[in-house]
This record gives sequence, C-alpha cells and structure tokens, in this order.
Amino acid sequence: MNRPASIRTAVEARLARRHRSERRFQFYGAAAICLAVAFLCLLIGSILIQSVPAMTTWRMTLEVELDRQTIDPRGDMSEASLRRGGYNAAIQNALRAQFPDVEDRAELRELFGLYSSVNAARLLNRVVQDPSLVGRTVSFTLPIDDDADLYLKGVSVRESRAPGPAPVRIERREGRAVSLASDTAVFDAYVEDVREVARERARTLEQRALRAEAALADTIDRDIRAIYEAEARRARVQAERLRERLDDGAPVVLGPQIPSLLIQVSGAVIRITEVSADRSSAQGEIVISAALDEAAHADWTLWTLETPQAGRLISDRQIAWADALRERGLTRSGFNTELFTYADSREPELAGVLGALIGSVLTMFVTMLLAVPIGVGAAIYLEEFAPKNRITSIIEVNINNLAAVPSIVFGLLGLAVFINTFGLPRSAPIVGGVVLALMTLPTVIISSRAALKAVPPSIREAALGVGASKTQAVFHHVLPLAAPGILTGSIIGLAQALGETAPLLMIGMVAFIADAPTLGLSGFTEPATVMPVQIFLWSSAAERAFEARTAAAILILLTLMVSLNAAAIYLRRRFERRW
Amino acid sequence: MAYDTNPAPSTVYHPAPPGMQIKVAARDLSVTYGDALALDRVQIDIPDRSVTACIGPSGCGKSTFLRCINRMNDTIDTARVRGSIKIDGEEVNDRSIDPVLLRARVGMVFQKPNPFPKTIFENVAYGPRIHGLAANKDELAAIVETSLTKAGLWKEVADRLHQPGTSLSGGQQQRLVIARAIAVNPEVILMDEPCSALDPIATARIEELIDELRENYALIIVTHSMAQAARVSQMTAFFHLGALVEYGPTEEIFTNPRDQRTQDYITGRFG
Ligand SMILES: Nc1ncnc2c1ncn2[C@@H]1O[C@H](COP(=O)(O)OP(=O)(O)OP(=O)(O)O)[C@@H](O)[C@H]1O
Ligand SMILES: [Mg+2]
Repeated sequence: MNRPASIRTAVEARLARRHRSERRFQFYGAAAICLAVAFLCLLIGSILIQSVPAMTTWRMTLEVELDRQTIDPRGDMSEASLRRGGYNAAIQNALRAQFPDVEDRAELRELFGLYSSVNAARLLNRVVQDPSLVGRTVSFTLPIDDDADLYLKGVSVRESRAPGPAPVRIERREGRAVSLASDTAVFDAYVEDVREVARERARTLEQRALRAEAALADTIDRDIRAIYEAEARRARVQAERLRERLDDGAPVVLGPQIPSLLIQVSGAVIRITEVSADRSSAQGEIVISAALDEAAHADWTLWTLETPQAGRLISDRQIAWADALRERGLTRSGFNTELFTYADSREPELAGVLGALIGSVLTMFVTMLLAVPIGVGAAIYLEEFAPKNRITSIIEVNINNLAAVPSIVFGLLGLAVFINTFGLPRSAPIVGGVVLALMTLPTVIISSRAALKAVPPSIREAALGVGASKTQAVFHHVLPLAAPGILTGSIIGLAQALGETAPLLMIGMVAFIADAPTLGLSGFTEPATVMPVQIFLWSSAAERAFEARTAAAILILLTLMVSLNAAAIYLRRRFERRW
Repeated sequence: MAYDTNPAPSTVYHPAPPGMQIKVAARDLSVTYGDALALDRVQIDIPDRSVTACIGPSGCGKSTFLRCINRMNDTIDTARVRGSIKIDGEEVNDRSIDPVLLRARVGMVFQKPNPFPKTIFENVAYGPRIHGLAANKDELAAIVETSLTKAGLWKEVADRLHQPGTSLSGGQQQRLVIARAIAVNPEVILMDEPCSALDPIATARIEELIDELRENYALIIVTHSMAQAARVSQMTAFFHLGALVEYGPTEEIFTNPRDQRTQDYITGRFG
C-alpha cells in the first residue's frame, strides 16, 4: 500500500511543474506563430499599399485628326506609305488644339511631355489595320505621362486652393505677361507661408553652423578643422542669404525652391512670378488664356503648389495643363491594364509585366521539363536500384552539397558552358531554364528520395512476394505512394526557381527588353527576362512611378507563387485520394 | 566468423514419415546480417503436400529461414546467404534462377499484413495480372473470387471489392494477403505467423484454410502457438539461436522430444 501512495506524491510534486512547462511551451509556440503572421501581414500590407497607385492609371482621350498629307506621305495609301506617316505630329496637333496659346519651343516641349511619343506606334497600328481612318478624325486614348499621372492621383504634389479674399484687377501686358493688383494685401497668406518655411530653414542652417563651430573648438587636427570651418561658413552664408530675402521691404521673387502660386480666374490660369513688397499686387504670365475683361474680378482662386518645383518632376505649366484636361473631361482614371498587356518600357505608364510573365513561363517550362523527369528518375534509381557502395555514397554526398551551392555559381556555369562553349543565345529562356533546372535538380532529387524512403518497405516486399519484378514493384506500388511527396518537392523546387534572380543576371536575362517574347517555340531563343529580374530592374529605376509598379509586380509574382502552391496542394489531394 | 570456427550445430532428426516426397531441401544453409549470424548451417528436407511448422523463441531465425526459400533476403543489403536450398531439386540461389519466377512459385504471407493501398480486388488481381494468368476480365474476376473464397473472405467483401484493402480489419487484411498469395497458384506457400493478429474464430478459419491448402501445396508456417503447430502441421522444425535443433513429424516432436531445449520450449519452460 505504500508504493502507490509514494508514486502518487512523486508525480504530484512534479505535476505542477510539468503543466507549467507545457503551458510555457504552448505559449512560445503561439507567440512565434503570431509574430510570423504579423510580419507576413505587415509585408503583404505594405506591398499592397505601395502598389495601390499602380493599380489605376490616368488616360487622356484626344480627337486626333488624321490628315491625309501627314499620315500618307506618298499619297498611295500603301502600307509602306502609311508606316511613314507623322502620327506623333498628329497627336501633337491634337494636344496643341487644346492649348492654342502655347507657342515657343521650350513650352511646346513641356506640353508634349504630357505623353510619350511611343504611343504613336499604337495609332500607326490602328491606321495600318484600318486605312479607311485616313482623312478622318479619330478619338485616341493614351496613357498620360507618369509624372502627370502621379500628380492627378495626388501622390507627388501637395497643393491647396483658396478663394481670392478680395477683388483683383488684371491687366495684360505685352506678350503673355500680366499684372495683378488689388486694394488689399491679397497675397499676404501666401507670402507668410513662404516666409515661415524660409525662416524655419534659416534656423536649421544657423543651428548647423553653431554645431560645426562647437565641434571646431574641440578639434585640433588641421584637416578636420578645415572641414568644420568650411561647413560652418557655408551654413552661415546660406542662412544670411535667406534672412536677406526675408526682408519685409523686398518683393518676393518666385523661384524653383519655394512653393509656386497659380491664379485661376474665369477659366484662365496665371502663373505668378513676383509678388510686390506690399503683397497687394503681383506679376505673372498667362499659362492658359481666356477672355479677361478689364473690370475687377471678384471670383478667383489662389492655387498654391506647396511642393516646390525643384522637388517634383512636373512643371507648374504641366500641372495647369493636366488640371485643365481633367476639367474638360478629357482624362479618365481606369484600371491599369497596361501593366498586364505591355512588356517593359522606359516610360512607366507604358511598362508592363507581360514580357516578364511570358519569359517566366517559357523559362519555367524548360526548367520543369528538365528538372522533374531527371530529378525524379535519378531519385528512383538512387533510392531503389543503385547498389549501396562507395560510388553511390559519394554521389549522394555531392547531391546534398550541390543543394547548398549559391545560385549565382550556377549562373557562372551557364555563362561558361552554355553560352561561351555551346554558343547558345544570351538572355534566352532556354539557357535560363537549363541553368535553373541545374539549380533545382538537387532539391527535386532530395525531396523525391525522401518521399520514396517514406514508403514502408512492407509494400515493396508485398509486391516482390507475389512475383513482381523490382521495376514493377517501384512503378506500380512505390511511386504512386511517393507521388504526393515528389510532387510537393518538385513544385517547391520550381517555385524557388521562379523567384530566382542571381543566376539569370549572369546569363544576360537582366537586359532591358521592350518586346515580349513569343509564347511559342521560337520564344525559347528570343531575348527575355523573368518576373523577379523585372522587379529588380524596376526597383532600381529612377522614375518615381516605377516604385508602385515594382510593388504591383511583386504582388503579381506572389500571386503566381501562391497559385503554384495551390496547384500543388490540389494535385496532392487528388493523388492522396487515390492512395 | 562463427561459421568457420565452431563445429556445426547438431540436429536431432526423427525418422521421416513413410512415402515422403521432398519439396524443399536445405543443405548447410547459413544467413548472416552483416557480422551477425542469424541461421547456422541448417539441413532440412520439407515434404510436399503437407504443413511444416517452424517454431522457436523470438529472434531464432524462423523468418530468416522462410525468406531464404523465396530469396526475399535479396532485398536486405546486409543479408548474405550461403549454402544450398533446392526446390524440386532446383538450386534456388543459382544465378540462372530468376527471383521473379521463383517468387511466383513460392508465395509468401508476411508477419505483418501488408495489403497494397489499392482496392480489395486490385490486391488479389495484381499477381495474376502481372503474370498474365487471366486471358480476360471475367477470368480475372473468377480468379479473384475463388482466391477470396478459399481465404474465407469472399462473403465479407463480395459487395465492397472496390474499397481500399487497407480499410479492412487486421484479421481481414491477413486473409486478404493470403488470398493474394494463393491467387497466383504457387507450389509452396510460406506463412510467417499468419494468425498472430487474429481472434480465435478467424484463427480457426485460417487453420481450416491451411488444412485445405495442404491438398495441393507445400506449406511452411511460422507460429508461436504450440497448439496451432500441433493442430495444423504434419512436420515440425524447432529452431534455437539460428540452429535447427530438432526436426521430425509433429507428433514425434510434441510427444517425444529428444533435445532438452525442445522439451523446455514446448512445455513452456522458456521462450
Ligand atoms: N534486416 C535485418 N538486419 C539485421 N539483422 C536482422 C534483420 N532481420 C533479422 N535480423 C536478426 O536476425 C535474427 C533472426 O531474426 P528473425 O526475424 O529470423 O527472427 P524470428 O525467429 O522470425 O523472430 P520472431 O519470432 O520474433 O519473428 C535476429 O537476431 C534479428 O535481430
Ligand atoms: Mg519472425
């Protein structure tokens, strides 16, 4: 009777501790999962938010007159002649018709900067397909320039509008110059804003000078002293200059470093160049003209572009034009189909992932065709048939090591062997596919072997026991059971290859390729790029609009990966149901 | 190695029953797994159309002996078989013997039931199909039915032939793999503890089956049940530590064991 009692107390003594450690472990596990989920949400959320501007795009619709002389220079309506037509000139004319007062060359260049001349090719194709359009006026929709697009989406430029506080008289001078005058200080608010920003900046400069001077006092080294001295002097001078400009008695000259001021009055847009010292009158130039009478205008708007011109890639005039186009109902925002139907382009508004998607599909096709049969075959041979001796164990060790080789090494191999020795074309999906297949092989072999090993030996014995040959036992019984595991391993390997960039850089798949490769046999040797490389290229592009497009491309790649994995799970389920 | 240095283990042979036709004959049969000796120079003659029971304590080499007869030991990398084993005077370990043909002639029921993860029908039909024993579907279905009937399983599974074999109970699975083994119509049937997972009723049915099969086949069964060995077998071989200790007609072994170890084992004093 003693022993049950003692075992009971012994267990009870440790029971509380055991439960505690169990609970602690469960808590750690739950915490780890929560953390992982949180990071995943953060990642996907931030990509989603970043990609939002790339989901839609602003397009403008212009009435383009396809004048016979410009479109059909030889006058015979032949395709060759139509292909030489001045389509860009036709688009330019249509845009000019909207803003007839733009005259000098520099301003015209600014106006035509609202779209990319690459669009002319689409108009050309339309006319070549339907020559009856020549001589008519067609409405042509084209994506607006990426900087104007970002402005219209309200991401790149901070702006504010306020009604004019008091009536203003507008007087035209020679050319497009105008002067504005009012009885009260109507520009006071604007000038105060500018002053405040400038004062703030002067203060920071002075602080920087003070810091540099303090450091100077502590330093003995001559070279370092020189650096601090220079910095202090520079900051002082800049601050001095700003303070001078802040002088109340001087007129404010609007430059690229301070917010721009536009005036909207009965359809016209005036860009202010100088505000007088008493803040009641200003000089400006007409950007968009309209009939302005001599009487005082009571209904007008102060339109401040708070992001200074130096801080944006779109000029004041372009903003005014884009805004006017929107007012006139000529622009419309819509789903960014270009992202899916176009190949890469230097113009963000015309850049899409189609080329990279096709490149990825072609490359993955080659990879799958090589890696899966070879890998699974090798795994079956090694696992089921190969004698267990020194040679096979060396091979085994090497396969395991190969899985750990950095992927860029496979790129070097591809460059040296396939391109330099065999003379296969650069940047081609076939070479990329082969290189990625080499990279994926160890993964496929290792996971397939694990799947084969997991099949209980009793199944093999059962098959051999009724007189099946080894091959029959493997193919009739072992392989079907290992198939889900092999499939999962292969798809993980392929997904890894789909997201791989480094080896493809070595074989030239990083080039800028503006034409999507053919989705067919000839496509395998055409220059192409793949999704992750496209993302890499866009992420290093200078244009701001590529930022959002990079995020969107990442989303597309992630979607691709998720659907690939979903396919794997689906296939797995199906195979498992058949056991 | 033990094989070379030690004297050969001595075996007590009881006089063979009259008119015995030898089906399987082993001479100097030894098996090593790596360095471990599992079977030591076994000499045995197993008669046709009768049941031979192999008994002995766990780990004494009964399964190993059985697996020598259909060369199942080939599948174990470390296993090495020496000596001779003949079926109908034909050397099994000979290079000219194809293990595929051999295993078709020598059916085996394993220690643990191992149905294929396929339908009941497929389990039984697999052997006849790969050997081309049926000319058409009807013949194949007939083979499946007779095999299942012989194994005493037909009534239970007739209406669920297309359900997975793994969904059967342990005892049903055991009878399924027996049906699978007899479906290819072998000459010798090896059964490694066929009743270890069965209840008394199912055991009785299997024993009945073994008794029926005796008419046409040579059966070699491994069992841990002395009663079963006494009930179903005509010959009994007692193994101990890899050696064949005593071999003879079952009645003789059970009523008049001559070796002390045999006596101890069958009276339950060890094992
Ligand atoms: N695959 C193997 N590798 C190494 N040693 C093995 C292997 N199979 C069996 N052995 C060894 O050979 C000896 C005989 O094994 P065997 O399976 O023939 O015993 P058994 O008589 O069938 O026992 P049981 O009644 O428990 O089934 C044992 O000592 C065992 O450890
Ligand atoms: Mg055994």
